[in-house]
Amino acid sequence: MKNLILSTVALAVAGSMTFADGHSVVRLGTEGAYPPYNFLNDDGEVDGFEREVGDELCARAELTCEWVTNEWDSIIPNLVSGNYDVIIAGMSITDERDEVIDFSEAYTQPDPSAYLALSADADLAGGVVAAQTGTIQAAFIAGTGATLLEFATPDETVAAVKSGEADAVLADKSFLQPIADADGEVMLLAQEELIGGGVGLGVRESDGELRETLNAAIMSMKADGSLNELIAKWGVGEQF
Amino acid sequence: MFSFCTDPATLEGFQWLSCYLTTGKHMSMYWAFGTVLLLLAITAPTALAFGFAGASAARSQVAPLRWIGKTYIAIVRGIPDIAFFLFFVIALDQAFEYIRHRVKCPDWEEPVRQGNDFIVCTAAKLPLGNAPQWVHETYGFMLAVLTFAIVFGAFAANVLFGAMRAVPKGQLETAEAYGMNRRQTFWRVMVPQMWVYALPGLSNLWMVLIKATPLLFLLGVEDIVYWARELGGAKQPQFTDYPHPDWRMWYFAALLVFYLCFTKVSEFVLSKIMVKLTHGQATAAGEAQRRAAA
Repeated sequence: MKNLILSTVALAVAGSMTFADGHSVVRLGTEGAYPPYNFLNDDGEVDGFEREVGDELCARAELTCEWVTNEWDSIIPNLVSGNYDVIIAGMSITDERDEVIDFSEAYTQPDPSAYLALSADADLAGGVVAAQTGTIQAAFIAGTGATLLEFATPDETVAAVKSGEADAVLADKSFLQPIADADGEVMLLAQEELIGGGVGLGVRESDGELRETLNAAIMSMKADGSLNELIAKWGVGEQF
Repeated sequence: MFSFCTDPATLEGFQWLSCYLTTGKHMSMYWAFGTVLLLLAITAPTALAFGFAGASAARSQVAPLRWIGKTYIAIVRGIPDIAFFLFFVIALDQAFEYIRHRVKCPDWEEPVRQGNDFIVCTAAKLPLGNAPQWVHETYGFMLAVLTFAIVFGAFAANVLFGAMRAVPKGQLETAEAYGMNRRQTFWRVMVPQMWVYALPGLSNLWMVLIKATPLLFLLGVEDIVYWARELGGAKQPQFTDYPHPDWRMWYFAALLVFYLCFTKVSEFVLSKIMVKLTHGQATAAGEAQRRAAA
Protein backbone atom coordinates (compact mmCIF):
# COMPACT_ATOMS: atom_id res chain seq x y z
CA MET A 1 0.00 0.00 0.00
CA LYS A 2 2.75 2.37 1.01
CA ASN A 3 4.60 1.56 -2.21
CA LEU A 4 1.50 2.21 -4.20
CA ILE A 5 1.07 5.66 -2.64
CA LEU A 6 4.76 6.44 -3.11
CA SER A 7 4.75 5.47 -6.75
CA THR A 8 1.55 7.41 -7.34
CA VAL A 9 3.13 10.50 -5.80
CA ALA A 10 6.30 9.97 -7.85
CA LEU A 11 4.24 9.63 -11.01
CA ALA A 12 2.25 12.74 -10.22
CA VAL A 13 5.41 14.75 -9.57
CA ALA A 14 7.09 13.46 -12.74
CA GLY A 15 3.91 14.17 -14.67
CA SER A 16 3.63 17.72 -13.48
CA MET A 17 7.32 18.32 -14.21
CA THR A 18 7.16 17.21 -17.82
CA PHE A 19 4.15 19.44 -18.37
CA ALA A 20 5.52 22.37 -16.41
CA ASP A 21 6.80 24.45 -19.31
CA GLY A 22 5.14 25.68 -22.49
CA HIS A 23 1.92 24.39 -23.92
CA SER A 24 1.74 20.69 -23.32
CA VAL A 25 -1.82 20.73 -24.57
CA VAL A 26 -3.03 23.47 -26.89
CA ARG A 27 -6.72 24.10 -26.44
CA LEU A 28 -8.50 25.20 -29.61
CA GLY A 29 -11.62 27.28 -29.04
CA THR A 30 -14.34 27.30 -31.70
CA GLU A 31 -17.99 28.21 -31.99
CA GLY A 32 -19.33 24.96 -33.44
CA ALA A 33 -22.29 26.64 -35.17
CA TYR A 34 -20.91 28.05 -38.43
CA PRO A 35 -20.79 25.46 -41.20
CA PRO A 36 -18.76 24.83 -43.26
CA TYR A 37 -16.08 26.45 -41.05
CA ASN A 38 -17.00 24.70 -37.85
CA PHE A 39 -20.07 22.83 -36.65
CA LEU A 40 -21.06 19.91 -34.47
CA ASN A 41 -21.62 16.71 -36.45
CA ASP A 42 -24.21 14.06 -35.64
CA ASP A 43 -21.95 12.59 -32.98
CA GLY A 44 -21.72 15.96 -31.25
CA GLU A 45 -18.05 16.43 -32.20
CA VAL A 46 -16.51 19.53 -33.77
CA ASP A 47 -16.32 19.03 -37.53
CA GLY A 48 -15.82 21.10 -40.68
CA PHE A 49 -13.11 22.95 -42.55
CA GLU A 50 -11.45 24.29 -39.42
CA ARG A 51 -11.54 20.94 -37.68
CA GLU A 52 -9.43 19.45 -40.50
CA VAL A 53 -7.15 22.48 -40.76
CA GLY A 54 -6.67 22.60 -36.99
CA ASP A 55 -5.89 18.89 -36.68
CA GLU A 56 -3.41 19.11 -39.57
CA LEU A 57 -1.72 22.22 -38.11
CA CYS A 58 -1.36 20.52 -34.74
CA ALA A 59 0.11 17.43 -36.40
CA ARG A 60 2.64 19.51 -38.35
CA ALA A 61 3.59 21.66 -35.35
CA GLU A 62 3.75 18.52 -33.18
CA LEU A 63 1.29 19.91 -30.69
CA THR A 64 -1.29 17.98 -28.71
CA CYS A 65 -4.55 19.75 -29.34
CA GLU A 66 -7.94 19.63 -27.74
CA TRP A 67 -11.19 21.10 -29.11
CA VAL A 68 -13.39 23.31 -26.99
CA THR A 69 -16.64 25.04 -27.96
CA ASN A 70 -17.50 28.50 -26.71
CA GLU A 71 -20.27 30.85 -27.75
CA TRP A 72 -19.24 33.56 -30.19
CA ASP A 73 -20.15 36.48 -27.89
CA SER A 74 -17.50 35.68 -25.30
CA ILE A 75 -14.96 33.94 -27.50
CA ILE A 76 -12.31 36.72 -27.21
CA PRO A 77 -12.71 37.40 -23.44
CA ASN A 78 -12.28 33.69 -22.74
CA LEU A 79 -9.12 33.57 -24.85
CA VAL A 80 -7.45 36.48 -23.06
CA SER A 81 -8.40 35.12 -19.64
CA GLY A 82 -6.74 31.85 -20.63
CA ASN A 83 -9.60 29.35 -20.89
CA TYR A 84 -8.18 28.16 -24.21
CA ASP A 85 -5.12 29.09 -26.26
CA VAL A 86 -6.27 29.54 -29.85
CA ILE A 87 -9.45 30.86 -31.48
CA ILE A 88 -10.24 28.93 -34.66
CA ALA A 89 -13.76 30.05 -35.46
CA GLY A 90 -13.94 31.57 -38.92
CA MET A 91 -12.76 34.86 -37.42
CA SER A 92 -11.79 37.48 -40.01
CA ILE A 93 -8.64 39.43 -39.31
CA THR A 94 -9.61 43.02 -38.48
CA ASP A 95 -7.75 45.96 -36.93
CA GLU A 96 -10.22 46.24 -34.06
CA ARG A 97 -9.75 42.61 -33.03
CA ASP A 98 -6.01 42.93 -33.59
CA GLU A 99 -5.86 45.52 -30.81
CA VAL A 100 -7.06 42.93 -28.31
CA ILE A 101 -5.55 39.69 -29.61
CA ASP A 102 -2.96 38.65 -32.20
CA PHE A 103 -3.70 36.87 -35.46
CA SER A 104 -1.77 34.21 -37.35
CA GLU A 105 -1.36 34.27 -41.12
CA ALA A 106 -4.71 34.05 -42.90
CA TYR A 107 -5.66 30.47 -43.83
CA THR A 108 -8.48 31.46 -46.20
CA GLN A 109 -8.71 34.11 -48.88
CA PRO A 110 -10.99 37.04 -48.12
CA ASP A 111 -14.45 35.57 -48.68
CA PRO A 112 -17.04 38.00 -50.04
CA SER A 113 -20.06 38.48 -47.80
CA ALA A 114 -23.40 37.73 -49.42
CA TYR A 115 -27.02 38.60 -48.73
CA LEU A 116 -29.65 35.91 -48.30
CA ALA A 117 -33.27 36.98 -48.70
CA LEU A 118 -36.75 35.66 -49.47
CA SER A 119 -36.98 37.58 -52.74
CA ALA A 120 -34.57 39.19 -55.17
CA ASP A 121 -35.97 42.67 -54.59
CA ALA A 122 -35.20 42.83 -50.84
CA ASP A 123 -34.58 46.39 -49.63
CA LEU A 124 -30.90 46.43 -48.69
CA ALA A 125 -30.55 50.22 -48.57
CA GLY A 126 -33.29 51.09 -46.09
CA GLY A 127 -34.69 47.77 -44.83
CA VAL A 128 -33.84 45.53 -41.90
CA VAL A 129 -30.70 43.42 -42.34
CA ALA A 130 -29.74 40.71 -39.85
CA ALA A 131 -26.17 39.80 -38.86
CA GLN A 132 -24.47 37.94 -36.03
CA THR A 133 -23.33 40.11 -33.09
CA GLY A 134 -19.68 41.10 -33.12
CA THR A 135 -19.00 40.13 -36.73
CA ILE A 136 -17.52 42.22 -39.54
CA GLN A 137 -20.91 41.99 -41.25
CA ALA A 138 -22.67 43.57 -38.26
CA ALA A 139 -20.13 46.41 -38.26
CA PHE A 140 -20.64 46.85 -42.01
CA ILE A 141 -24.47 47.04 -41.80
CA ALA A 142 -24.20 49.54 -38.94
CA GLY A 143 -22.36 51.80 -41.37
CA THR A 144 -25.02 51.59 -44.12
CA GLY A 145 -28.52 53.06 -44.23
CA ALA A 146 -30.14 49.73 -43.35
CA THR A 147 -31.38 48.88 -39.86
CA LEU A 148 -29.13 46.32 -38.19
CA LEU A 149 -30.77 43.40 -36.40
CA GLU A 150 -28.24 41.41 -34.35
CA PHE A 151 -28.43 37.81 -33.16
CA ALA A 152 -26.13 35.74 -30.96
CA THR A 153 -25.90 32.75 -33.30
CA PRO A 154 -25.62 32.48 -37.12
CA ASP A 155 -28.61 30.15 -37.17
CA GLU A 156 -30.91 32.78 -35.69
CA THR A 157 -29.97 35.35 -38.35
CA VAL A 158 -31.19 33.00 -41.08
CA ALA A 159 -34.33 32.13 -39.10
CA ALA A 160 -35.09 35.87 -38.83
CA VAL A 161 -35.13 36.18 -42.63
CA LYS A 162 -37.37 33.16 -43.04
CA SER A 163 -39.84 34.46 -40.46
CA GLY A 164 -39.92 37.86 -42.17
CA GLU A 165 -38.42 39.66 -39.18
CA ALA A 166 -35.51 40.81 -41.35
CA ASP A 167 -35.45 41.58 -45.06
CA ALA A 168 -32.07 39.94 -45.58
CA VAL A 169 -29.09 38.50 -43.72
CA LEU A 170 -25.47 39.41 -44.42
CA ALA A 171 -22.90 36.68 -43.72
CA ASP A 172 -19.91 34.91 -45.27
CA LYS A 173 -20.94 33.55 -48.65
CA SER A 174 -19.56 30.11 -47.85
CA PHE A 175 -21.94 29.92 -44.87
CA LEU A 176 -25.03 31.07 -46.81
CA GLN A 177 -24.42 29.08 -50.03
CA PRO A 178 -25.35 25.62 -48.62
CA ILE A 179 -28.47 27.13 -47.01
CA ALA A 180 -29.58 28.69 -50.29
CA ASP A 181 -28.90 25.38 -52.08
CA ALA A 182 -30.90 23.28 -49.63
CA ASP A 183 -33.79 25.65 -49.02
CA GLY A 184 -36.05 26.66 -51.91
CA GLU A 185 -37.60 29.56 -50.02
CA VAL A 186 -34.49 31.70 -49.76
CA MET A 187 -31.97 32.89 -52.35
CA LEU A 188 -28.62 34.63 -52.53
CA LEU A 189 -28.73 38.16 -53.90
CA ALA A 190 -26.45 39.34 -56.69
CA GLN A 191 -25.01 42.13 -54.56
CA GLU A 192 -21.95 41.09 -52.53
CA GLU A 193 -19.75 43.03 -50.14
CA LEU A 194 -15.97 42.69 -50.03
CA ILE A 195 -15.22 43.12 -46.35
CA GLY A 196 -12.72 41.37 -44.12
CA GLY A 197 -9.19 40.24 -44.77
CA GLY A 198 -9.27 36.48 -44.62
CA VAL A 199 -9.68 34.21 -41.64
CA GLY A 200 -6.85 33.72 -39.15
CA LEU A 201 -6.17 31.96 -35.85
CA GLY A 202 -6.52 34.20 -32.80
CA VAL A 203 -3.89 33.91 -30.05
CA ARG A 204 -3.09 35.95 -26.96
CA GLU A 205 -0.74 38.89 -27.58
CA SER A 206 1.65 37.47 -24.99
CA ASP A 207 1.77 34.11 -26.79
CA GLY A 208 4.21 35.06 -29.58
CA GLU A 209 5.95 31.69 -29.59
CA LEU A 210 2.76 29.73 -30.21
CA ARG A 211 1.82 32.17 -32.96
CA GLU A 212 5.15 31.60 -34.74
CA THR A 213 4.77 27.82 -34.46
CA LEU A 214 1.28 27.96 -35.95
CA ASN A 215 2.38 30.39 -38.67
CA ALA A 216 5.12 27.99 -39.76
CA ALA A 217 2.57 25.17 -39.94
CA ILE A 218 0.14 27.31 -41.97
CA MET A 219 2.98 28.23 -44.36
CA SER A 220 3.87 24.60 -44.89
CA MET A 221 0.22 23.74 -45.57
CA LYS A 222 0.03 26.57 -48.08
CA ALA A 223 3.28 25.49 -49.73
CA ASP A 224 2.34 21.84 -50.37
CA GLY A 225 -1.21 22.61 -51.50
CA SER A 226 -2.92 20.68 -48.71
CA LEU A 227 -4.66 23.85 -47.54
CA ASN A 228 -6.04 24.45 -51.04
CA GLU A 229 -7.42 20.91 -51.09
CA LEU A 230 -9.32 21.53 -47.86
CA ILE A 231 -10.60 24.90 -49.10
CA ALA A 232 -11.95 23.21 -52.22
CA LYS A 233 -13.40 20.30 -50.25
CA TRP A 234 -15.39 22.51 -47.86
CA GLY A 235 -16.06 25.35 -50.29
CA VAL A 236 -14.75 28.25 -48.24
CA GLY A 237 -13.92 30.73 -51.00
CA GLU A 238 -10.96 31.09 -53.33
CA GLN A 239 -7.78 29.02 -53.13
CA PHE A 240 -4.31 30.41 -52.47
CA MET B 1 -27.47 3.26 -32.24
CA PHE B 2 -29.63 0.74 -34.08
CA SER B 3 -28.37 -1.61 -36.80
CA PHE B 4 -30.64 -0.12 -39.46
CA CYS B 5 -29.20 3.37 -38.94
CA THR B 6 -26.24 2.97 -41.28
CA ASP B 7 -27.90 4.84 -44.15
CA PRO B 8 -30.45 7.29 -42.73
CA ALA B 9 -31.25 8.75 -46.19
CA THR B 10 -33.17 5.56 -47.10
CA LEU B 11 -35.19 5.48 -43.90
CA GLU B 12 -38.61 6.95 -43.32
CA GLY B 13 -41.10 7.72 -40.60
CA PHE B 14 -40.64 6.03 -37.28
CA GLN B 15 -37.34 4.32 -38.16
CA TRP B 16 -35.81 7.62 -39.28
CA LEU B 17 -37.01 9.30 -36.11
CA SER B 18 -35.67 6.58 -33.85
CA CYS B 19 -32.25 6.88 -35.53
CA TYR B 20 -32.39 10.67 -35.44
CA LEU B 21 -33.26 10.83 -31.76
CA THR B 22 -30.41 8.52 -30.80
CA THR B 23 -27.48 10.31 -32.50
CA GLY B 24 -24.48 11.17 -30.35
CA LYS B 25 -25.61 14.77 -30.36
CA HIS B 26 -29.01 13.90 -28.96
CA MET B 27 -27.37 11.76 -26.31
CA SER B 28 -25.47 14.88 -25.24
CA MET B 29 -28.80 16.62 -24.83
CA TYR B 30 -30.20 13.82 -22.70
CA TRP B 31 -27.11 14.04 -20.54
CA ALA B 32 -27.70 17.78 -20.23
CA PHE B 33 -31.04 17.04 -18.49
CA GLY B 34 -28.96 15.17 -15.93
CA THR B 35 -26.60 18.15 -15.65
CA VAL B 36 -29.51 20.47 -14.89
CA LEU B 37 -30.97 18.11 -12.28
CA LEU B 38 -27.53 17.64 -10.73
CA LEU B 39 -27.05 21.40 -10.59
CA LEU B 40 -30.37 21.79 -8.79
CA ALA B 41 -29.58 18.93 -6.42
CA ILE B 42 -26.24 20.47 -5.42
CA THR B 43 -27.19 24.14 -5.60
CA ALA B 44 -30.35 24.01 -3.50
CA PRO B 45 -28.70 22.74 -0.29
CA THR B 46 -25.59 24.89 -0.86
CA ALA B 47 -27.70 28.01 -1.37
CA LEU B 48 -29.69 27.13 1.74
CA ALA B 49 -26.44 26.84 3.70
CA PHE B 50 -25.29 30.22 2.35
CA GLY B 51 -28.68 31.65 3.26
CA PHE B 52 -28.59 30.21 6.76
CA ALA B 53 -25.09 31.55 7.34
CA GLY B 54 -26.08 34.93 5.91
CA ALA B 55 -29.22 35.18 8.01
CA SER B 56 -27.42 34.09 11.18
CA ALA B 57 -24.69 36.64 10.49
CA ALA B 58 -27.21 39.40 9.77
CA ARG B 59 -28.83 38.99 13.18
CA SER B 60 -25.59 38.36 15.04
CA GLN B 61 -24.72 40.42 18.11
CA VAL B 62 -21.15 40.86 16.86
CA ALA B 63 -21.20 44.07 14.81
CA PRO B 64 -18.66 43.17 12.05
CA LEU B 65 -20.39 39.82 11.47
CA ARG B 66 -23.72 41.62 11.23
CA TRP B 67 -22.29 44.06 8.70
CA ILE B 68 -20.92 41.22 6.57
CA GLY B 69 -24.27 39.43 6.61
CA LYS B 70 -26.27 42.53 5.74
CA THR B 71 -23.84 43.67 3.03
CA TYR B 72 -23.91 40.23 1.41
CA ILE B 73 -27.71 40.23 1.31
CA ALA B 74 -27.97 43.82 0.08
CA ILE B 75 -25.30 43.66 -2.63
CA VAL B 76 -26.20 40.33 -4.20
CA ARG B 77 -29.93 41.06 -4.14
CA GLY B 78 -29.35 44.42 -5.76
CA ILE B 79 -27.22 43.35 -8.72
CA PRO B 80 -29.00 41.99 -11.82
CA ASP B 81 -28.48 38.24 -12.17
CA ILE B 82 -27.07 38.44 -15.67
CA ALA B 83 -24.46 41.07 -14.72
CA PHE B 84 -23.52 38.90 -11.78
CA PHE B 85 -23.24 35.77 -13.90
CA LEU B 86 -21.19 37.38 -16.65
CA PHE B 87 -18.80 39.30 -14.45
CA PHE B 88 -18.53 37.22 -11.35
CA VAL B 89 -17.50 33.89 -12.85
CA ILE B 90 -14.53 35.30 -14.77
CA ALA B 91 -13.53 37.33 -11.69
CA LEU B 92 -13.86 34.31 -9.41
CA ASP B 93 -11.84 32.13 -11.78
CA GLN B 94 -9.09 34.76 -12.02
CA ALA B 95 -9.09 35.22 -8.25
CA PHE B 96 -8.51 31.48 -7.72
CA GLU B 97 -5.74 31.45 -10.30
CA TYR B 98 -4.11 34.55 -8.83
CA ILE B 99 -3.97 33.01 -5.35
CA ARG B 100 -2.49 29.77 -6.73
CA HIS B 101 -0.06 31.85 -8.77
CA ARG B 102 1.23 33.66 -5.68
CA VAL B 103 1.58 30.40 -3.76
CA LYS B 104 3.05 28.18 -6.48
CA CYS B 105 5.29 30.58 -8.41
CA PRO B 106 6.81 33.01 -5.92
CA ASP B 107 9.76 33.83 -8.19
CA TRP B 108 7.66 34.79 -11.22
CA GLU B 109 8.89 38.15 -12.51
CA GLU B 110 6.41 39.24 -15.18
CA PRO B 111 3.19 41.08 -14.33
CA VAL B 112 0.00 39.04 -14.21
CA ARG B 113 -1.86 41.55 -16.34
CA GLN B 114 -0.21 42.24 -19.69
CA GLY B 115 -2.51 44.52 -21.64
CA ASN B 116 -5.71 42.54 -22.06
CA ASP B 117 -4.15 39.23 -21.14
CA PHE B 118 -4.42 37.60 -17.76
CA ILE B 119 -1.32 35.45 -17.39
CA VAL B 120 -0.40 33.22 -14.50
CA CYS B 121 2.33 30.59 -14.48
CA THR B 122 1.43 27.24 -16.00
CA ALA B 123 1.33 25.46 -12.65
CA ALA B 124 -1.25 27.92 -11.34
CA LYS B 125 -3.74 27.42 -14.16
CA LEU B 126 -7.05 26.11 -12.97
CA PRO B 127 -7.62 23.51 -14.14
CA LEU B 128 -4.14 22.75 -15.48
CA GLY B 129 -3.82 23.42 -19.20
CA ASN B 130 -3.10 19.75 -19.90
CA ALA B 131 -6.05 18.46 -17.90
CA PRO B 132 -8.58 16.45 -19.91
CA GLN B 133 -11.74 18.16 -21.10
CA TRP B 134 -13.98 16.59 -18.46
CA VAL B 135 -11.90 18.25 -15.73
CA HIS B 136 -12.45 21.62 -17.39
CA GLU B 137 -16.15 20.91 -17.64
CA THR B 138 -16.41 19.81 -14.02
CA TYR B 139 -14.53 22.90 -12.92
CA GLY B 140 -16.89 25.11 -14.96
CA PHE B 141 -19.82 23.28 -13.43
CA MET B 142 -18.52 23.83 -9.90
CA LEU B 143 -18.05 27.55 -10.63
CA ALA B 144 -21.65 27.61 -11.84
CA VAL B 145 -22.86 25.89 -8.66
CA LEU B 146 -20.92 28.37 -6.53
CA THR B 147 -22.31 31.37 -8.42
CA PHE B 148 -25.87 30.08 -8.24
CA ALA B 149 -25.42 29.32 -4.53
CA ILE B 150 -24.13 32.82 -3.80
CA VAL B 151 -26.95 34.51 -5.72
CA PHE B 152 -29.77 32.36 -4.41
CA GLY B 153 -28.15 32.20 -0.96
CA ALA B 154 -28.66 35.95 -0.59
CA PHE B 155 -32.36 35.65 -1.32
CA ALA B 156 -32.62 32.64 0.97
CA ALA B 157 -30.81 34.62 3.68
CA ASN B 158 -33.43 37.33 3.47
CA VAL B 159 -36.25 34.79 3.67
CA LEU B 160 -34.68 33.04 6.66
CA PHE B 161 -33.93 36.36 8.34
CA GLY B 162 -37.62 37.21 8.16
CA ALA B 163 -38.62 33.71 9.25
CA MET B 164 -36.40 33.92 12.34
CA ARG B 165 -38.12 37.13 13.34
CA ALA B 166 -41.54 35.60 12.73
CA VAL B 167 -41.11 32.95 15.44
CA PRO B 168 -43.45 34.15 18.25
CA LYS B 169 -41.57 36.05 20.92
CA GLY B 170 -43.41 34.12 23.61
CA GLN B 171 -41.67 30.93 22.47
CA LEU B 172 -38.24 32.49 22.90
CA GLU B 173 -39.12 34.05 26.25
CA THR B 174 -40.38 30.71 27.48
CA ALA B 175 -37.12 29.11 26.41
CA GLU B 176 -35.20 31.71 28.39
CA ALA B 177 -37.50 31.17 31.36
CA TYR B 178 -36.52 27.51 31.25
CA GLY B 179 -32.92 28.62 31.65
CA MET B 180 -31.66 28.09 28.07
CA ASN B 181 -28.86 30.37 27.00
CA ARG B 182 -28.92 32.32 23.70
CA ARG B 183 -27.31 29.53 21.75
CA GLN B 184 -29.63 26.87 23.04
CA THR B 185 -32.67 29.07 22.40
CA PHE B 186 -31.49 29.61 18.83
CA TRP B 187 -30.86 25.96 17.97
CA ARG B 188 -33.57 24.25 20.02
CA VAL B 189 -36.48 26.66 19.79
CA MET B 190 -36.04 29.17 17.02
CA VAL B 191 -34.51 27.08 14.20
CA PRO B 192 -37.00 24.19 14.42
CA GLN B 193 -39.91 26.65 14.38
CA MET B 194 -38.72 29.05 11.73
CA TRP B 195 -38.97 26.63 8.78
CA VAL B 196 -42.74 26.81 8.67
CA TYR B 197 -42.46 30.57 8.16
CA ALA B 198 -39.58 30.24 5.71
CA LEU B 199 -41.05 27.55 3.48
CA PRO B 200 -43.41 29.69 1.36
CA GLY B 201 -40.52 32.04 0.55
CA LEU B 202 -38.07 29.20 0.00
CA SER B 203 -40.46 27.30 -2.26
CA ASN B 204 -40.77 30.45 -4.33
CA LEU B 205 -36.98 30.59 -4.58
CA TRP B 206 -36.84 26.93 -5.61
CA MET B 207 -39.26 27.62 -8.45
CA VAL B 208 -37.20 30.61 -9.58
CA LEU B 209 -34.04 28.49 -9.36
CA ILE B 210 -35.57 25.83 -11.63
CA LYS B 211 -36.40 28.48 -14.18
CA ALA B 212 -32.97 30.11 -13.85
CA THR B 213 -31.03 27.01 -14.91
CA PRO B 214 -30.84 28.16 -18.57
CA LEU B 215 -28.42 30.82 -17.24
CA LEU B 216 -25.98 27.88 -17.10
CA PHE B 217 -25.28 28.52 -20.75
CA LEU B 218 -23.93 31.97 -19.91
CA LEU B 219 -21.40 30.21 -17.73
CA GLY B 220 -20.19 28.01 -20.58
CA VAL B 221 -21.97 24.87 -19.38
CA GLU B 222 -23.81 23.20 -22.25
CA ASP B 223 -27.29 22.90 -20.81
CA ILE B 224 -30.59 21.76 -22.33
CA VAL B 225 -31.41 25.17 -23.81
CA TYR B 226 -28.08 25.20 -25.64
CA TRP B 227 -28.73 21.75 -27.08
CA ALA B 228 -32.33 22.57 -27.99
CA ARG B 229 -31.09 25.56 -29.96
CA GLU B 230 -28.22 23.66 -31.52
CA LEU B 231 -30.26 20.56 -32.46
CA GLY B 232 -33.33 22.48 -33.53
CA GLY B 233 -31.58 24.79 -35.98
CA ALA B 234 -31.97 24.04 -39.69
CA LYS B 235 -29.45 21.45 -40.93
CA GLN B 236 -28.18 21.24 -44.50
CA PRO B 237 -27.51 17.85 -46.13
CA GLN B 238 -23.76 18.59 -46.53
CA PHE B 239 -23.21 18.68 -42.80
CA THR B 240 -25.42 15.95 -41.39
CA ASP B 241 -27.02 12.61 -42.22
CA TYR B 242 -30.32 13.95 -40.91
CA PRO B 243 -31.08 17.22 -42.73
CA HIS B 244 -34.16 19.05 -41.51
CA PRO B 245 -35.63 22.59 -41.51
CA ASP B 246 -35.84 24.81 -38.44
CA TRP B 247 -37.28 22.56 -35.71
CA ARG B 248 -36.46 24.74 -32.73
CA MET B 249 -40.15 25.15 -31.92
CA TRP B 250 -40.49 21.40 -31.22
CA TYR B 251 -37.36 21.27 -29.12
CA PHE B 252 -38.44 24.25 -27.05
CA ALA B 253 -41.89 22.71 -26.70
CA ALA B 254 -40.19 19.64 -25.23
CA LEU B 255 -38.31 21.87 -22.78
CA LEU B 256 -41.58 23.57 -21.86
CA VAL B 257 -43.12 20.22 -21.01
CA PHE B 258 -40.05 19.25 -18.99
CA TYR B 259 -40.06 22.45 -16.94
CA LEU B 260 -43.83 22.34 -16.39
CA CYS B 261 -43.71 18.72 -15.22
CA PHE B 262 -40.79 19.51 -12.98
CA THR B 263 -42.48 22.48 -11.32
CA LYS B 264 -45.65 20.41 -10.87
CA VAL B 265 -43.70 17.67 -9.08
CA SER B 266 -41.96 20.33 -7.00
CA GLU B 267 -45.28 21.87 -5.96
CA PHE B 268 -46.54 18.47 -4.88
CA VAL B 269 -43.43 17.70 -2.82
CA LEU B 270 -43.34 21.17 -1.27
CA SER B 271 -46.97 20.93 -0.17
CA LYS B 272 -46.17 17.59 1.51
CA ILE B 273 -43.24 19.20 3.30
CA MET B 274 -45.44 22.09 4.39
CA VAL B 275 -47.95 19.70 5.94
CA LYS B 276 -45.14 17.97 7.80
CA LEU B 277 -43.58 21.20 9.05
CA THR B 278 -46.92 22.61 10.18
CA HIS B 279 -47.44 19.64 12.46
CA GLY B 280 -47.55 20.75 16.09
CA GLN B 281 -46.68 24.39 15.32
CA ALA B 282 -48.26 27.38 17.04
CA THR B 283 -49.74 28.66 13.77
CA ALA B 284 -53.29 28.78 12.41
CA ALA B 285 -52.53 25.92 10.02
CA GLY B 286 -50.98 23.91 12.85
CA GLU B 287 -54.07 24.49 14.98
CA ALA B 288 -56.35 23.43 12.10
CA GLN B 289 -54.31 20.26 11.71
CA ARG B 290 -54.63 19.51 15.42
CA ARG B 291 -58.41 19.99 15.33
CA ALA B 292 -58.80 17.80 12.27
CA ALA B 293 -56.88 15.04 13.99
CA ALA B 294 -58.80 15.38 17.25
